[in-house]
Amino acid sequence: MAETVTSNRAFFLLPALIFAVIVGYFLWGLNPARDPSRVPSALVDKPVPAFDLAPLEGTGKPGLQTADLSDGQATLVNFFASWCLPCRAEHPLLMRLAEEERVRLVAINYKDETADAVQWLSSLGDPYARIGVDRSGRTAIDWGVSGVPETFVIDGEGRIRYQHIGPIHPQQLEDTILPLVESLAR
Amino acid sequence: MKLKAFGLALLLFALAALFPMPGGAVLPDEVLDDPALEARARELSREIRCLVCQNESIDSSNAELARDLRILVRERLTAGDSDQQVLDYLVARYGDYVLLRPPVKPATYLLWFGPALLLLLGGAAVVRYFRPRRGNPPAAAAPLSDHERTRLKALLEKSATRDSPDRERLS
Repeated sequence: MAETVTSNRAFFLLPALIFAVIVGYFLWGLNPARDPSRVPSALVDKPVPAFDLAPLEGTGKPGLQTADLSDGQATLVNFFASWCLPCRAEHPLLMRLAEEERVRLVAINYKDETADAVQWLSSLGDPYARIGVDRSGRTAIDWGVSGVPETFVIDGEGRIRYQHIGPIHPQQLEDTILPLVESLAR
Repeated sequence: MKLKAFGLALLLFALAALFPMPGGAVLPDEVLDDPALEARARELSREIRCLVCQNESIDSSNAELARDLRILVRERLTAGDSDQQVLDYLVARYGDYVLLRPPVKPATYLLWFGPALLLLLGGAAVVRYFRPRRGNPPAAAAPLSDHERTRLKALLEKSATRDSPDRERLS
């Protein structure tokens, strides 16, 4: 008799328990910091894929290949395109980064026309030390890129340490990307 | 006769409406010459998530990246890759996320087996809810004491001698 009483009491707690689970799920699902369209990175801590991209004609900057990213120095690799509006939003930040010379910045020009890209860089400024041209977008697929802009942090041995999807916010640069670069330099 | 033909046409139309064919986004210039290989490419493309419009497969998405991935899938198949090799190639770059059907592994056990688990729990709850009413109360009742027994006997005899049972005293 006593046993059924206690199990009944536990039974009354069940709705409260279910409610708690639902509340937990809502808190997770409605969290404004959660971005449901975020693509998780698969290439972090993997070596940079093999690639060899021609330079962007008209800029005088060299092209970009795998070996350039494993010379002992940390690098930011930025995928951009002249037709990409968020890239334009991100650009002043990259210019500032280049002026401050806190990290080496190189670029992969994604599915762009040479003339458009050159025009874009000459009017907005060119913060990149090297620019590789990926007209087919195939190198971007090898990097696991799903759109522009995306920015990768590469360590001195040519390993991908961080993948940033979308334009970089100044806060993210100061809080995540630059501290990571500095820790790699040490 | 005419009415019969019309009825048949209507039936066929209704049947066709029951089984809609998903319209692919595959463009004519992407289609492979080898129909068997193309069929495999279509089959495989339906398993691969477009990373731009994220709940569409690359077979049905008309995003640029989906087109690039469709071409890539066809290139790898033409080069002699197995279906699994093509999927592995993409998973190495985009992670499991690129697969529309998540693989069964410890991290996805809850996803795959959760519904069965819930069904089991629910079933157990239903069984538990209905069982006590049948067996337990009579079995749990204590045996009659001597006093109760004599009283019951008296009552039964009394009701047997009368036509109707003594409702007042029984209740």
